Amino acid sequence: MNGAGRVLSSLAGLVYALILAPIAIVVALAFSADNFILFPPSGYSLRWFRALGAHGPLLSALWLSVQIASVVTVLSLVIGVPAALALAKGRFSGRDALTNFFLAPLLLPTLITGLALLLFFTPLRLTATLPGLVLGHMTVTVPFVIRMMTTAFSTLPDDIEAAAATLGAEPWRVVRRVTLPLVTPGLIACACLCFLLSFDETVISLFLSGPRAATLPVEMVRYVEGRTDPLVAALSVVLIVATLIVVIIVERLVGIARAVGK
Amino acid sequence: MSDARLKWLLLPAGLFVLAVYAWPTLGLFRNAFNETGPTGAMVETWSLKTTAEVLADSFTFELTLNSLWLSLSATLLALALSYPVALFLFRTNSRFRGLLAVVAIMPMLISGVVRVFGWLAILGDRGLVNSLAQSFGLITAPMKLVFNWTGVTIGLAESIMPYMILALLAGFGQLDRTLEEASRSLGATPMRTFLRVTLPLSLPALALAAGLGFVLSMSAYITPKLLGGGRVFVLATEIFEQATTNTNWPVASVLAIYTLVLLLLLLAASNLAARGLKR
Repeated sequence: MNGAGRVLSSLAGLVYALILAPIAIVVALAFSADNFILFPPSGYSLRWFRALGAHGPLLSALWLSVQIASVVTVLSLVIGVPAALALAKGRFSGRDALTNFFLAPLLLPTLITGLALLLFFTPLRLTATLPGLVLGHMTVTVPFVIRMMTTAFSTLPDDIEAAAATLGAEPWRVVRRVTLPLVTPGLIACACLCFLLSFDETVISLFLSGPRAATLPVEMVRYVEGRTDPLVAALSVVLIVATLIVVIIVERLVGIARAVGK
Repeated sequence: MSDARLKWLLLPAGLFVLAVYAWPTLGLFRNAFNETGPTGAMVETWSLKTTAEVLADSFTFELTLNSLWLSLSATLLALALSYPVALFLFRTNSRFRGLLAVVAIMPMLISGVVRVFGWLAILGDRGLVNSLAQSFGLITAPMKLVFNWTGVTIGLAESIMPYMILALLAGFGQLDRTLEEASRSLGATPMRTFLRVTLPLSLPALALAAGLGFVLSMSAYITPKLLGGGRVFVLATEIFEQATTNTNWPVASVLAIYTLVLLLLLLAASNLAARGLKR
C-alpha cells in the first residue's frame, strides 16, 4: 500500500482546515474595519494596527515580555547547556536518575507549578517583579533546554571528540573546539524555542503577575475578558508572524517535530 | 571528554531545580495541611481539616465530574480528528509531507490566547459559523457556541491535537506495514484492512495519545477560563480562583494535590491500557 489514499487524504484535508481556521480567521479579523468581532468583516482597514500602536498597556506588556524572554533564554542556556553536556557525555553513577530529576518539572502542569511559585514567592515579595517572572518561566525553560540539548549532545558521534582527545586536545578544548561547534544549529534552535516558550507562557505568569507587572499574554487575557474587538487580532498577527519565524528557523536547523516532541 | 568531572556541570541547574521547583512544590504540599481561620487569614498548623472539608464539599465532586466529562469529550473529539491526520502523515509520499507535519504541530507553538481569540471569532454570536448559518437561513437566532461547554470542548480539543498527532505518529512508527500489505494481497478491501489490521495495531498508540490528551485537558486553564466566559467551572479554574481571587491557599493547595492524584491515576490507567493492548 503506497501513499495515503483518497479517503484518508480528504479526511486529513478537512481536519487541516479546522486546525488552520482559528489562525486564518484571526489574521482576517486584524484587518477588519468594524468596531467589534464580526465575521466576515464589513470592511477592511489598518485601523486596529494603528490602535495597537497607541495602546499603552499592551505595548508596555509587550516590552516586558521581550525583556523577560531575553533574560530567561540567556540564563536557561547558561545553566541548562552544561547540565545537558554532563548528562549526555558524562560517565558517572546515577545518571538516569539525575536526568529524570532534571526533566521532572516538565511533568507537572504549569497550573500546579504556578500555584507553588505563588505560595513561595509571595512571602519573598517576588510576585509581580521581573526576577520573579524570570525564575517562574525558567521552571519551564531550563528542563526544556536540558531535554533538547541532551538529545543533541547524545546524537553527536563520540569518535570525533575521541579523535580530538587522542590528538592531545585538552578536555575543555575538545568541548570548545569540537562539541560546541557541532551542536551550534541545535543551540540556536533551542534558544529560539526557549524565547518563544517564555514569551507565550501564560498560566505561570497569570499566577505571578500583579497589576503593575503584567506580561503580554496576561494583558491579552485581561483584554479579551473585558471586551472583544479586533485589537487583539492585530496583536495576534504580530505574534503569529514572530512564531512563524521561529518555526521556520527551528525546522531548518533541527526539525520542529524532533525539537518539541519527545 | 567522557569523565566523571563532567558531573560538576550539573551543579547550577541542580541548585536551580531544587530551589525554584522542588522546594516550592514541597511548600505546596505543606500548605495543604494549613487551615483558613474565620477571618480568612491562613492559620499555620498540621491538620487534615482543610483536606476533609474540600473532599466533603459537594462542589468538589461537581467540579471533578465537570473536569472529567470535559476532558473525556475533548479527548475523544481530538482523537477522532487527530487519527486521520497522523495516519495521513505516516502514509503519504507527498513531497509536502514535511511542511504538512509542521503545519499540524505549529498550533502548539502559537499562543493559546491567540487561538482562543480565533475560536471566539468563529463560534461567537456574530462569528463565522453563526453568520454562515443565518445567511443560508438555517437558523434565525444565533446559536450559543461559546461561553458554554460546547465552546470549551471545541477549543480544548483543538489545543491538544498537536500533542496527540505527535503521540500517534510515534506509535505508528512501530506499525508493521507488511501486515497491511499481506491483508490487501489476500483480497481484503481497504476498509476491511483498516478495521481488521491497522486499527487494532494502532490501539496502543491511541491509548497513549488519549491519556496524554486527557491529562492536558484536565490541567488546561486558559481555554476553560476564556471560552467558558465564567460559566464553565472545572478543577483548574477553581484552583486559580481560590489561589488568587480568594487567596485561600490551603484550599487551593488541597485542590491542586487532589487534581494531581487524579492525573496520576489517569496516566497509569492509559499506560496499563496501552500495555494490555500491545499483547
